[in-house]
Amino acid sequence: MKHTLAVLVENHPGVLSRVSGLFARRGYNITSLVVSETEDSSISRMTIVVDGDERIIEQVTKQLNKLIDVIKVNDVTNEDTVNRQLLLVRVNADNSAKGEIAQLMDIFRARIVDIGRKSLIVEATGDEEKIQAIIRSLQPFGIQEIVKAGIISMVRGPK
Amino acid sequence: MHINGAQILVKALEDQGVEIIFGYPGGAVLEIFDALRESSICQILVRHEQGGAHAASGYARALGKTGVCVATSGPGATNLVTGIATAYMDSVPLVVITGQVPKAMVGTDAFQEVDITGIASPITKYSYLVQDVKDLSRIVAEAFYIAESGRPGPVLIDIPRDVSLAMEYYKPCEKVDIRSYKPNLKGHPTMIKNAIRLLSEADSPVICTGGGVINAGASLEVKKLVEITGAKVVSTLMGLGSFPGNDPAFLGMLGTYGNHAANMAVQNCDYFLALGMRFDDRVVGNPEKFAPKAKIIHIDIDPAEICKNVSVDVPIVGDLKNILKEMIQHLSEGTSKPRSINYPHHNVKIEEGLNVPWVLRSLKRLAPQDLIITTDVGQHQMWTVQHYPFNRPRTLISSGGLGTMGYGIPAALGAQLAQPDKTVVVITGDGSFQMGMPELGTIAELDLPIKIIIFNNQVLGMVRQLQHHYCGKRYAGVNFKKTLDFMYLAKAYGAEGFRIENAQEVPEVLKEALGNNKFTIIECPINPEDLVSPIVLAGDGLEKMFIFPG
Repeated sequence: MKHTLAVLVENHPGVLSRVSGLFARRGYNITSLVVSETEDSSISRMTIVVDGDERIIEQVTKQLNKLIDVIKVNDVTNEDTVNRQLLLVRVNADNSAKGEIAQLMDIFRARIVDIGRKSLIVEATGDEEKIQAIIRSLQPFGIQEIVKAGIISMVRGPK
Repeated sequence: MHINGAQILVKALEDQGVEIIFGYPGGAVLEIFDALRESSICQILVRHEQGGAHAASGYARALGKTGVCVATSGPGATNLVTGIATAYMDSVPLVVITGQVPKAMVGTDAFQEVDITGIASPITKYSYLVQDVKDLSRIVAEAFYIAESGRPGPVLIDIPRDVSLAMEYYKPCEKVDIRSYKPNLKGHPTMIKNAIRLLSEADSPVICTGGGVINAGASLEVKKLVEITGAKVVSTLMGLGSFPGNDPAFLGMLGTYGNHAANMAVQNCDYFLALGMRFDDRVVGNPEKFAPKAKIIHIDIDPAEICKNVSVDVPIVGDLKNILKEMIQHLSEGTSKPRSINYPHHNVKIEEGLNVPWVLRSLKRLAPQDLIITTDVGQHQMWTVQHYPFNRPRTLISSGGLGTMGYGIPAALGAQLAQPDKTVVVITGDGSFQMGMPELGTIAELDLPIKIIIFNNQVLGMVRQLQHHYCGKRYAGVNFKKTLDFMYLAKAYGAEGFRIENAQEVPEVLKEALGNNKFTIIECPINPEDLVSPIVLAGDGLEKMFIFPG
């Protein structure tokens, strides 16, 4: 099962390599990884999606905690979170298809950000399901290229 | 007053109470050696950087204090790698200092440049590449704190040459505070209660001492716990000496090369209390079949060791000494039932003759109680841990986790410098000896009265034994075809040399060597056919021990 780990780390050079090195040498597989500075510039936040059973995830969490630069590891998989992924797709679009694609993308609240002679670039954000749905809806037109950023995740505030 | 970075480093090391540094010089550490010249710290010139790291490790393990070694950039640094990995696997506190090319040249594949912090990342607790001389004093203090606290381990400080040269005030680091590193020392009260409740219900408890008992200095607490509960004691290789080997409650080392009595107790007990150990595959055999009847209670300072290899019923993370004290306090208040469980087991017969167990028995008779033994890796190591009763902590220094041949001699060098009044004996084989040989020069130069016993079978005995079991006795790459004259070698290094020819000479030679206060090399021929026995073969549970004759 896929788990999303929110990891706070010291914002030092070399921390990413320590974390990714840990995954590599212990044979854990990273599905996606996003790193960015937090509101406190001395701390970075890594959102790591990792695939594995409970035992593996427990080991991943413990081994991450063991790294000196790791401040906190939080498995947010089962928490109420907002998850977002950013998608860019360049899709085949002759003039007749452009209107159809634009309408389709409206449904997903995705945006067209570039128009080429025979193609469009679509930009979308959403959780993984929505992103997959957008990709599926564009497949009939012929997808030229897909770029996705890793998943970022935030725990919802108490209601 | 402004001093250079190298001088700041040395001052910071002095402030940490460092007395000895094992080192090898080079272009990137010129300033560091220059600064050491004027320091109270004694600099030991080793013959190979790997020996320097092993010596620092032997020093640390004999003394219970952080060992320090230094090497230059590039090959100096890579030569340390095996030593660092050995210390990492056995949780030995080291501070390892390497020189680096100047910052401006980092990343240009400069002469003797290597990314040692990258290389060492998986085998260190932490590593620093010093970017600014202003950070140096803090980094040294942090390095010692990280190396010594929690689960100990090696920390590397890589210092570019321009940082060593940069001028700055020395400001001692008063207090170390690393927000992301706070080892948990106090065990969880509910878990401790569970461990105690299960212990009072148990009929046949077994306590297993790991290396953590020695690191935590918890030998007295273990002894007390055994007195109260009547539990039997087994030990991992790393834990040997933490509980007296001659105590009637002690059943020996467990594991695939363990003592039969110890393994039988583990596989039949109903309560297994693991103290500061990591359930290594050589300790548990097949993890599915490990201690099948037992509730397993695991106390360790490193949370990542809990349930890593074997799932446990009660995990307790914290400082062993604290937790055992708490357990003892609770148990003393209640009444504990007297237990006297004995499992049928096979006692290995030791035949008089030139074989390792018999020579070790003679050594035990003649040696002082506080004798320190270092070993290399192979059959001789397994015979030593099976047959030599270690009665005190820090009297066995052996590469347990990584299994590093060539460890024994440099480790003995470090141990002898740490404990100048004690006798240090290296138990080694002719294979391992040749890997650790460079440091004979250091031992000779320092005139250290270390005794090296080479058990010579002209083969790599342990690999040969594995080929015996797993390759249908097809032996490959294990025979030394040229007979070496170790007595000439002893002479070359100015050591006393003894070649034992027959069993009758053994006590006499050992007695003379133990009393001569000189660097001594003893060669004892043994039969290449001798097998370590009993053993558990791969995939089997610990109860399935093969016993070989002889």
